[in-house]
Amino acid sequence: MAFIYFSLAPGFRQQQLAALDLRSTGGFTALLFASSFTYMRAEASYRQGAPGRLKGWLLATIGLGALFLLGQVREFRGLFARHVDIASNTFGTSFFTLTGFHGLHVLAGLVVLSILVGRAFAGDFNQPNLSVLSAVGIYWHFVDIVWAVVFSVVYVLPHFTHFGS
Amino acid sequence: MAAQPVLVPEPAEALPDLDLGGDQGLLQWISSVDHKQIGIMYLWVALLFMLIGGVEVLLMRVQLAVPKNTFMGPEIYNQLFTMHGTTMIFFVAMPAIFGFATYLVPLMIGANEMAFPRLNALSLWITFFGGLLLYFSFLAGGAPDAGWFNYAPLNQYNYSFRPGIDYYCAGLLLAGIGTVSAACNFVVTILRYRVPGMGLKQLPVFVWMMLIDSFLIIFSFPALNAALAMLLLDRQLHAHFFDVQAGGSALLWQHLFWLFGHPEVYIVILPSFGILSEVFAVFSRKPIFGYSFIVGSGIAIGLLAFGVWIHHMLAVGLGNVVNGFFSASSMLIGIPTGIKIFNWLATMHGGSLRFSTAMKFAVAFLVEFTIGGLSGIAFAIVPIDLQLTDTYFVVAHIHYVFIGGTLFGLLAGLFYWFPKMSGRQLSERLGSWFFWLFVIGFNGTFLVQHVLGTLGMPRRVYTYPDLPGWGTLNMISTIGGFLMGAATLLLVYMVIKAIRSGPAATSDPWDAFTLEWSTASPPPLQNFDRVVPVRSARPFRDLKRPGDADWLKPGKKEGYHEREQSVD
Ligand code: HEM
Ligand SMILES: [Cu+2]
Repeated sequence: MAFIYFSLAPGFRQQQLAALDLRSTGGFTALLFASSFTYMRAEASYRQGAPGRLKGWLLATIGLGALFLLGQVREFRGLFARHVDIASNTFGTSFFTLTGFHGLHVLAGLVVLSILVGRAFAGDFNQPNLSVLSAVGIYWHFVDIVWAVVFSVVYVLPHFTHFGS
Repeated sequence: MAAQPVLVPEPAEALPDLDLGGDQGLLQWISSVDHKQIGIMYLWVALLFMLIGGVEVLLMRVQLAVPKNTFMGPEIYNQLFTMHGTTMIFFVAMPAIFGFATYLVPLMIGANEMAFPRLNALSLWITFFGGLLLYFSFLAGGAPDAGWFNYAPLNQYNYSFRPGIDYYCAGLLLAGIGTVSAACNFVVTILRYRVPGMGLKQLPVFVWMMLIDSFLIIFSFPALNAALAMLLLDRQLHAHFFDVQAGGSALLWQHLFWLFGHPEVYIVILPSFGILSEVFAVFSRKPIFGYSFIVGSGIAIGLLAFGVWIHHMLAVGLGNVVNGFFSASSMLIGIPTGIKIFNWLATMHGGSLRFSTAMKFAVAFLVEFTIGGLSGIAFAIVPIDLQLTDTYFVVAHIHYVFIGGTLFGLLAGLFYWFPKMSGRQLSERLGSWFFWLFVIGFNGTFLVQHVLGTLGMPRRVYTYPDLPGWGTLNMISTIGGFLMGAATLLLVYMVIKAIRSGPAATSDPWDAFTLEWSTASPPPLQNFDRVVPVRSARPFRDLKRPGDADWLKPGKKEGYHEREQSVD
C-alpha cells in the first residue's frame, strides 16, 4: 500500500524503471507460478494414492521456489551494488520492504514444504484423508497470487502509466 | 415434551498436559491449554496491568493537581501518559475481553474446548510477554513518549532517540500477533463447534458480539502490525516510510494507525455490549428485547467502524469533501449504538429487576456511555472538532466510553460470572461499596474535564498556567482519580477474599438462561458430557421451565422463532 502511495510522488517512476529488470524477474516469476502447478500435481498424486510421485512433485515445488528466491537474492545484490538500498530513498524503502516480506513468506513456505517432504519420506502420507496437504496448498497458492499482484504493480505497470512523473 | 439431552463430543485429539490427577500448582497453570484456565490467566494479566496503569495515571494526576506544579518534569510525564494509554488499551482492555471470551465462548455454545487449544495458550503468552517487553523499556533507557497513537514525526529517531519506541513496536507487535491468532481461534470455534440445535439465531448475544469482534480484529490489527513493522524498519534500518525529509509521509502513519485505531475502539466496546445484553436480560427476568436488532446493529457497527477513521484527523486539513464524508459516517454510527441503548431500556421495561452489583454497573453503563456517545457525536461535527480537538474534552470523551462503557461492562461481567469461574460468591455488600466509590470517583474525575476542555486546556501537557477555574477543576479531577484508585484496591481485596473464604456458589445463583450455568461452578475439566437441548436463545431456562419454554411460543419475540429443527 505504501508502495502505491509513494509511487504517485514525482520522480519515483524513473527510479523504478531504471532500477528494475522486468525481463529476468519475469522469468523467475514464471518459475514461481510453475511451482503452483507442481504442487497441484503433488496433491493429485496423493489423492491417487501414489506416494512416490507425491515426493517427486513436492521436491520439484521446493526446487522452483528456491530458484525464485535465488532470483530475488540476485536482484537485491545487483541493486545494492548500485547503491540502492532500504535507506537510500522511498523507492528503496518500499521496494525492499514489499518484496522482502514476500520473500520471507516464500522462505517460510519452503520450510513447511521441506517438513512435508520429510513426512512423506517417513511414510506419513500412505494413509488417505489428511488435510495438511490442502492446507499448505492454500498457503502456497496464496503466496503465488500475492506475487502476481506485486509483480504487476512493481514491475509491469510503470511501463504503461505516466502519472506523477 | 421430553427434553432429549445432547451429547457433546470431546475434542478429537487428546490434549497434552491435561492430567489433573495430582495438583502441580503453578506449573499446571503455566502449561495449561484448558480454555478456562487460560481465560482466568488473561483476567489476571489484565488486573496486573490495570494496577500498573492506574499507578501511572495517579502520578499524572498528582502532577496536574495544581497549576505550575514541579512534581515531575515533561519527560517523565510524556512517558507516563504514553505508557498509561498503551497499557490500558492493549494490556488491560484486550486481555480482559479475551479473558471473558476464552472462558465463556466454549461454555456458552456447549463446547468442551476452543478449536485450537494450543494456539489459545500461545496467544495468551505472547500477549503477556509483549506487555513485559513494553515495560522493559523503562529499564532500557526510557519508555516510549510519543503518545499511545505514536504520531510521526515524534516517533522518528531524530525526535525520540531513546529505545522506548522500539520497545513500543516490538511489544505491540507481539501482542498484536497474539490478538489476531486469538481472533481466528474464536471465529473457528464459534462457527464450527456449536452444539447441535444452536443455529446462529440461538447464539447468546455475547457470543455474537465476539464473532463480530473477531472479524474486526482480523481486518484491523494487520494495519497496525504493518505500521509497527514499518516504523521499526524506519528506526532500525533507516528506511523512510514516515520520514518527511526523505520523501516519506507522516500522514501515512496516521492513516494506518486510525484505520486500526477506530475499529479498535469498537473492538473494546462490542464485547461489553454482549456482556450487558446477558446481564440486562437475566436481571430483568425477560428475554432480551429485539434480539435481531441487537445483533444486526452490532454487525452494522462492525461495518461502519472501518469507514470513519478520518474523524480522528479532521483537523489535519484533508479538505471539506473528505471531512464531510467522514463526519457524516461518524454520525451514522450513532444510530446502531442508539438502537442498542433503547433495546436495553425496553428489556428492563416491565421486567422484575434485581439490582445486584452486576446490574448496578449495567445501569450505570447506560448513563455514562450515553454521555460518552454524545460527546463523540459532537466531535463528528467538524467545526466543533476543530475547536475541541486535543483538549481535555477529548480526554473526557475517551474515558466516558472506555471506563463508562468498556470497563463498566467488564465489571458487570465480573460480578455476574465470578461465581461460575471461582465457585465462590463475591460479597454484595462490599460490591455495593465498590460500585458507589468507583462511580462517584469516575464522574468526579472526568465530568469536569468536559468543562476544562471547553475552557481550552490542552491535553498531553505536563503543567498549565493559573487561569481562573483551572486549578479548582483539576483538583476535583485529581481527587476523583484517587477515589477510583481506592475503589480498585477494594476490588482486589474483595476478589482475593472471596477466592480464599467466600461463601460457596451454586451452579446457577442468578437463575440464568444460557448453557454455561447448566454445568457445575466452577465447571469440571471437561465442561459437559451432555448439554441441555437447544431450541431457543435461552436453552437453560427452557429446561428449568418446560411448560413455559421459549420454543413453545413461536414468533412471539424476534429471535425466538423456532425453526423446525431436529435436536439430536
Ligand atoms: C457514537 C460513537 C462515537 C463517535 C461518533 C466518536 C467520535 C470520536 C471523534 C470524532 C474523536 C476524535 C476527537 C479528536 O481527537 O478531536 C474521538 C476520539 C476518541 N474516541 Fe470516540 N466516538 C464514538 C465512540 C467511541 C467509543 C465507543 C470509544 C471506545 C470505547 C471511543 C474512543 C475514543 C478514543 C480513545 C478517542 C481518542 C483518540 C486519541 O486521540 O487518543 N469512541 N471519538
Ligand atoms: Cu474514532
